Amino acid sequence: MMSYLKSIVFGGLSLVEGMAVTFRRLFQPLVTVQYPREKIPLSHAYRGHIELKSFEDTGTHKCIACGSCERVCPSCVIRVKGVKQPAASSKIASQYIIDFSKCSLCGLCVECCPTHTLQFSKEYELVGETRKDCIIDLIARIASQCDKSKTPEGSGGEKRTGGLAA
Amino acid sequence: MAERQMDAPATEQIYTLNLGPQHPSTHGVLRVLLDLDGEFIVKADPVIGYCHRGHEKMAENRLYKQFLPNTSRMDYLSGMLFNHGFVLAVERLTGIEAPERAKYIRVIVSELNRISSHLLWFGTYLMDLGGFTPFLYAFDDREHILDILDSVSGSRLTYSYCRFGGVCRDVDQAFVEMTRAFLKRMAGRWTDYEKLVSRNIIFINRTRRVGVIDRELARQYGVTGPNLRACGVAFDVRKAEPYEVYDRFDFDIPTGSRGDALDRYCVRFEEMRQSCRIIEQALDSLPGGRFLAPKIPQKIIPTKGEAYAAFESARGLAAFYLVSDGGSRPYRCHIRAPSFGNLNVLTEVLPDTMLADTISILGSIDVVIPEIDR
Amino acid sequence: MSEGFQGSEWLRVILGLLIVLGFSQFNALFLVWLERKVAGHIQLRPGPMEVGPHGLLQSVMDGVKLVGKELILPLQADKRLFFVAPVMVFMPVLVGFLVLPFGPNLIICDMNVGVLLVFAFSTFTVLAILTGGWASNNKYALLGAVRSVAQNIAYEIPLLLAVLSVVIMVNSLSFSDIVNAQKNIWFIFLQPAAGLIYLISAVAETNRAPFDIPEAESELVAGFHTEYSGMGFGLFFLAEYTNMFIVCAIATSLFFGGWNGLFGISLGIPGVFWFLLKTYFLIFVIMWVRWTFPRVRFDQLMNFSWKVMIPVSLANLIVTAVVIKLF
Repeated sequence: MMSYLKSIVFGGLSLVEGMAVTFRRLFQPLVTVQYPREKIPLSHAYRGHIELKSFEDTGTHKCIACGSCERVCPSCVIRVKGVKQPAASSKIASQYIIDFSKCSLCGLCVECCPTHTLQFSKEYELVGETRKDCIIDLIARIASQCDKSKTPEGSGGEKRTGGLAA
Repeated sequence: MAERQMDAPATEQIYTLNLGPQHPSTHGVLRVLLDLDGEFIVKADPVIGYCHRGHEKMAENRLYKQFLPNTSRMDYLSGMLFNHGFVLAVERLTGIEAPERAKYIRVIVSELNRISSHLLWFGTYLMDLGGFTPFLYAFDDREHILDILDSVSGSRLTYSYCRFGGVCRDVDQAFVEMTRAFLKRMAGRWTDYEKLVSRNIIFINRTRRVGVIDRELARQYGVTGPNLRACGVAFDVRKAEPYEVYDRFDFDIPTGSRGDALDRYCVRFEEMRQSCRIIEQALDSLPGGRFLAPKIPQKIIPTKGEAYAAFESARGLAAFYLVSDGGSRPYRCHIRAPSFGNLNVLTEVLPDTMLADTISILGSIDVVIPEIDR
Repeated sequence: MSEGFQGSEWLRVILGLLIVLGFSQFNALFLVWLERKVAGHIQLRPGPMEVGPHGLLQSVMDGVKLVGKELILPLQADKRLFFVAPVMVFMPVLVGFLVLPFGPNLIICDMNVGVLLVFAFSTFTVLAILTGGWASNNKYALLGAVRSVAQNIAYEIPLLLAVLSVVIMVNSLSFSDIVNAQKNIWFIFLQPAAGLIYLISAVAETNRAPFDIPEAESELVAGFHTEYSGMGFGLFFLAEYTNMFIVCAIATSLFFGGWNGLFGISLGIPGVFWFLLKTYFLIFVIMWVRWTFPRVRFDQLMNFSWKVMIPVSLANLIVTAVVIKLF
């Protein structure tokens, strides 16, 4: 009999305790961010799709179209073509296309690039209507980035071109 | 647990219910074929394979480093732990030794991953039982872990952070401060969760003596992890076969006694606290130095041989078994997924339980189906 | 609605009808919004924010959406019963509004068996749920409906025993008598056990969490209103919120003093505001409980009623009777 009454009383008290916890939360600040009106700043290590980095000394990228990134990619995302420069000893990239719909953001391409010209972008608002919208031309992207900024960009590439402007 | 009052029924009373691959609770594509007699289950048959993607075959066609992204995607809630395990296996195969700082960093991020996996399990388990609020509180806490891991690896769920011989980015003072702030925050949260859930009489009544797994049964089916520890067997890979620097830390292995759902819940809850202890000790004794061993070849070509690395994933004992034939691609990569044994023990546990308890039992086992199917 | 309207009985009836219909609709819409906001803030998120300022027009838009949806009739379902069930669930709760004591002279129909009327009509909802579950021609809807019937019957008994404790104290079944008897002290202080039992049983009667197994969001089956779409579902939904208002209003009248202020202090505020304040506070408590606790398993729910609630309410009734006889 006593254990029956005790179980009722302690059970009831445990319920009241739980209600106190949720009541306290009613008055705590909300954690939801009202996207798209407010946006959260991304971490500096954030991995968006890869892009070519432009260097201060040349004002453009340093991709030599060696094809290491194309070979190391496990998902066959990258297509690179290069043309041999008459004056320089190495090639320079003439075409650099990625198919972002297959990319797993592993970073192997960024790590194996011999000239360190690949970096992760901070793009996350990528939306398209067909699969073709996921095919990004990185040479055109870096060209438009350089056009948009009056001064040559340092490393970091904080400027976003917005969406899939290719 | 309610006892069966009826005698063995005639067979026409048994009907088959399909707990289909599209499940309201977030377990993944689990399908269980149940034979029911009224409210009681007579036979339970889990059907797996709906999420098979051929990871083990993919490993045979990729270089060792190209398989890294795959490892996070098998058990997506323990992405870092599986990363870590694969890197350990390759290091054992090739003899690469990671520097001390890298080992400590790998332990810290693995334990953070374990806490986030257990928090998610906690939230979804309560949601299955009908309490919708703890899910959001758990996710609020989990956001802090994901922010920490995002700041160091760039990704929130599928980290490819560990590398052969270390990690790919160093951690800085901001990471240490964020982690310490998180540990301080969680220290205040445990009492909240206890008051809201652990001591709640409704929750206790729904989990006590429900889904009891016997020790011997667990051993036969290969049940590992918190499910096994809830039965009373204090087996944890981090203590039984210590890897990395786990033998330098002081932490306990929580065990239960009855093997019911309540014990499994309590074991996981306590494990989260022990993980916080490990992280704190690791942060206090984090050495300086390199974060990646020098002179790691771009293409790893191990000598002929095999390596086996077992590690404690959030769900139990997981392992990578690599066989090399001297080429740049593994000859065979087998992955032991702990959820496989954990799920199949249900064929013995579910019969003679009530249908209303099925969800409680399924949730307490903490299975991730993509890990089973690979 | 003062007594001065002598030859205008018809006017009184029609006005009362309009007020009841209007108030119940606005109340239901408001409660839907309040539920989502309370749920949101408990869960550290804001709830509806888009439609209207702070999502105030959200329930209106939801109503418009439901009206626009197709009314699907399952194959081989009983057509007449299928469409009668939502109407049957909504109609009795409207009757309950007739006897609620909103203010000192604000009862639409001050019957001397008001309490009996309200509880007699509230059991109709059980019949409607069973009709809906049966007419759906769906194994799982029927299971949900049958469970709901068992739950409602089990919790009806402690509900009525708790109410009976109050009634024998006042010696009348009329709402205005009961509220008038609480001028100086509310019955919740004299009968705390009965009040608590009434509130728990009321939550179980309206199929709210943690007793919401028959309702939607059940683990395997979707409850007795699985097959309903569009306004059929809308009516079940609105009936639930209106029912919640009615049971809270009754709790206010029986235990929390109705239109009286605390210990007779009314601070010059008219009684109807006290009444509504207390009722909506109780509704908030019911919503708060829903978002805090997990669901009770069905057999534990029945055990709780038969083994805990009924003995306690019986004991309470006996003690009340003895105390009244002696003092």
